[in-house]
Amino acid sequence: MEQTQRGESPRESDATSGERGEEPTEPESEPVTFGLSGLRAGFLTCVPIAFGVAGYGVAFGVLASQAGLSVAEATLMSATVFAGAAQIIAVELWTEPIPIAALVVTTFAVNLRYSLMGAALQPWLGRLSPTKIYSSLCLMADENWALTMREFRAGNGRGAFLLGSGIALWLFWVVSTILGTVAGGSVGDPNRYGVDFILVAVFVALVVELWDGRSTLAPWIVALATSVVAAELLSGQWYILLGGLTAALLEVIRHDG
Amino acid sequence: MTGSETVGLLALETPFDGALSLDPLVVAVIFAMAVVTVVAKTGGIWLVRRVDVSDRVQAGLDVLPGAIVIAILGPELAAGGPAEWGGAAVVLVVMWRTKSILLALCAGVAAVVAFRAVV
Repeated sequence: MEQTQRGESPRESDATSGERGEEPTEPESEPVTFGLSGLRAGFLTCVPIAFGVAGYGVAFGVLASQAGLSVAEATLMSATVFAGAAQIIAVELWTEPIPIAALVVTTFAVNLRYSLMGAALQPWLGRLSPTKIYSSLCLMADENWALTMREFRAGNGRGAFLLGSGIALWLFWVVSTILGTVAGGSVGDPNRYGVDFILVAVFVALVVELWDGRSTLAPWIVALATSVVAAELLSGQWYILLGGLTAALLEVIRHDG
Repeated sequence: MTGSETVGLLALETPFDGALSLDPLVVAVIFAMAVVTVVAKTGGIWLVRRVDVSDRVQAGLDVLPGAIVIAILGPELAAGGPAEWGGAAVVLVVMWRTKSILLALCAGVAAVVAFRAVV
């Protein structure tokens, strides 16, 4: 994992990364590496955000122990499922007898948005080996997807960034789950410290990075309108999928038009 | 309150008794959840790598990142209030001026906490 597969001019893109020019539209021109530097950069960039995510890990642990899961079971879920929203919804559905089908189907539905998010990383991740792609994607969450998208679009082809930031999130998520299940209800509401706003803030910051002139406007308006209406009409998180898909569909129809 | 609920509550009062217990059924359900999550996370890129992507479809994929971000943010902010909108504006401005994500996050979260205390 330490070797880097660099192209002919590895650091060429760094020189232009400060300028918001044409480089994001042609990711194919940049070499994508997979090495310790990307792993470390991802980990360190994500630690402050992972600290905030840990607030949710504690909340999940409290809910899980209230639902009757043992410390070992809740920790196992955080370590293997590693999907915050889906896990919190799951322990809220958790009753005796366990509603197995509802739990599994809901988990899949809540996490389906990751399919779209993963596909959006294909221009960069696609040039790595399947093992690297799929192991990185297993540790993908909303927060590090956003950070990685930002990193790639800035012209830094460090493919291990997703994995490194995912490892940071995973560690904080698992440890905070243990804290939550052991501490039980003695922890206050994490939202008091603005923890619930961190994810929104990460995505607002990403909006600034993703803005690419007026061509961005039409798909964004479609995504905004669709998601707001869908969030009103449908339960769950289908609105993310619908918003992304309608905007992409519009672009497919408009192409060459 | 029924008898079984009382038993459940009594069990909760001594949580450390079963802290390390692993019920086989619970473990099986957790693994099933883990499997469908991995399928959801990797399925999209798996599909895109398999099928031949035309220029037309590529144009659609290109707008996905921004569209997903907007689709997550729109309903989230619509459900929020003036404190969240103000916080989002602070993130936007700080990010625009400084290009530092850490600075933008800290300013935004601090602003939300402050706005919530005032509003």
